[in-house]
Amino acid sequence: MNWDVLFDFSPLFKESGAVLDSFFATIRLSVVTGVLALIGGTVLVAMRVAPTPVLRWAGTLYVNTFRNTPLTLILLFCSLGLSDTLKFKVSESSSVNFFWLAIFGLSAYTAAFVCEALRAGINTVPLGQAEAARAIGLTFSQSLRLVILPQAFRAVIAPLGSILIAMIKNTTVVLVASYLEAASQMKDMFEEYGATLPIFLGFAIGYMVITLPTGFYFSWLARRLAVAR
Amino acid sequence: MSAQDILFDAPGPRARVRNNILTLLSVVVLLLIGYVIARRLDREHQFDGKLWKPFIRGDTWTEFIIPGLLGTLRAAAVAAVLALVFGVVFGLGRLSDHRWIRIPSAAVVEFFRAIPLLILIFFLFSGPSAIAAGLNREAPQISAFTAVVVGLMLYNGSVLAEIFRAGINSIPSGQSEAAYALGLRKGGVMRLILVPQATTAMMPAIVSQLVVLLKDTALGWIIAYEDLLNAGFNQIKANYGNLLPAAVVIALIYIAINLALGSLATWLEQRSRRSHKTSARTLSTASALPGSAGMSISD
Repeated sequence: MNWDVLFDFSPLFKESGAVLDSFFATIRLSVVTGVLALIGGTVLVAMRVAPTPVLRWAGTLYVNTFRNTPLTLILLFCSLGLSDTLKFKVSESSSVNFFWLAIFGLSAYTAAFVCEALRAGINTVPLGQAEAARAIGLTFSQSLRLVILPQAFRAVIAPLGSILIAMIKNTTVVLVASYLEAASQMKDMFEEYGATLPIFLGFAIGYMVITLPTGFYFSWLARRLAVAR
Repeated sequence: MSAQDILFDAPGPRARVRNNILTLLSVVVLLLIGYVIARRLDREHQFDGKLWKPFIRGDTWTEFIIPGLLGTLRAAAVAAVLALVFGVVFGLGRLSDHRWIRIPSAAVVEFFRAIPLLILIFFLFSGPSAIAAGLNREAPQISAFTAVVVGLMLYNGSVLAEIFRAGINSIPSGQSEAAYALGLRKGGVMRLILVPQATTAMMPAIVSQLVVLLKDTALGWIIAYEDLLNAGFNQIKANYGNLLPAAVVIALIYIAINLALGSLATWLEQRSRRSHKTSARTLSTASALPGSAGMSISD
């Protein structure tokens, strides 16, 4: 009997440097993707609510395409399709190249969800608010800036938090775009030490340390900033 | 209420001219983007007929795409049924009056919602045999199918448990109070009053979660499960060397299935909002409900 497969946490400590590095890679991916997806999602939602039908169609097409395609396919497309077939290179160094390709795919995917959350936020503002804003003589940009968007943004904090957490968990899939982060580190350790329970638990806890506080923070923020109606 | 009604007034003459100019500009910009992409594709000879021809031949479909699609649908169907059962059991568990049921159920649900599905699938795929070997037991053979299905069940089942709990909680407390006043017991209140009303309210959210489940079957590619993604990116590519066309066709199939499921969810949502059979607030198809891991620990 070799109880190590259930209780031996020592591989995690032996490789603690590599494990921490891999989680920093995850955080790095998440932060850059988070910023890019937020920008992309804002642009998309501006397109989807624009008074111009062409922009609305383009936005809808983008969102329907990316929201309904598996992330694995998108990232494979980025690594194999963009990099190998189309010879699209961001940098000569292959790790930098794969980092940006992974970011590109992950942001393109997440932006579609951010767009939908923001749009739902605008739709939570009752029509009466806009009508009242016009009735007291606010101009278009004033009513948007002072009445509608502040309420819309506060309504989407919780959904945006959910999307952020889902995105952090989705960074594991960049494995298929050959960038090394925590999931690929776990896979390597499975190959070296065997797929033992302690290694899995160690990585699971690592992810929970990132996702749970993010969740607590966003739900606190959402409650604090909720619009009382 | 649509966003346009809130954000914009009905356009007057000047706004109409401005909108027309904006339309023209955006058409030009979109065409320009399309042109740049098309030129890049053309330069790498991606429009060559020989790359696309396999998709109008019957044997590409019967040998690769349809078996792959069946693999994806089989995994999704089995996982969906198991996840629903898991969700009902743990959703009810979290609503239990007994602390010794409620707390373990909550721990299980929050754990599987907080960790990435992929590392769970990795562990389910290679963990059991490694552990069995360490304990001198006969190593069980875990197929890629089993690992994907069990992983999807644990993760989506946990999300469904939260949806289920939110559905039951969205029913006004007067309903269960009235039922208790009539002399029903706990089981009866749940079975006759709460579950039927909650089902109508949470149907849209459940169907949207099934879209997520179907998309996540693609993770099976990473542990070499023979699904639709595998058919496109491994088999078709190996036979015809046409990666981009294969990716486009495979993506279109996924999009078609998911759009169909998505519109079913939207239809159910509209039907549920009109329905007088439930006093519960409809759980929308938007990703908003319920919150992610760590966002809903209120008990």
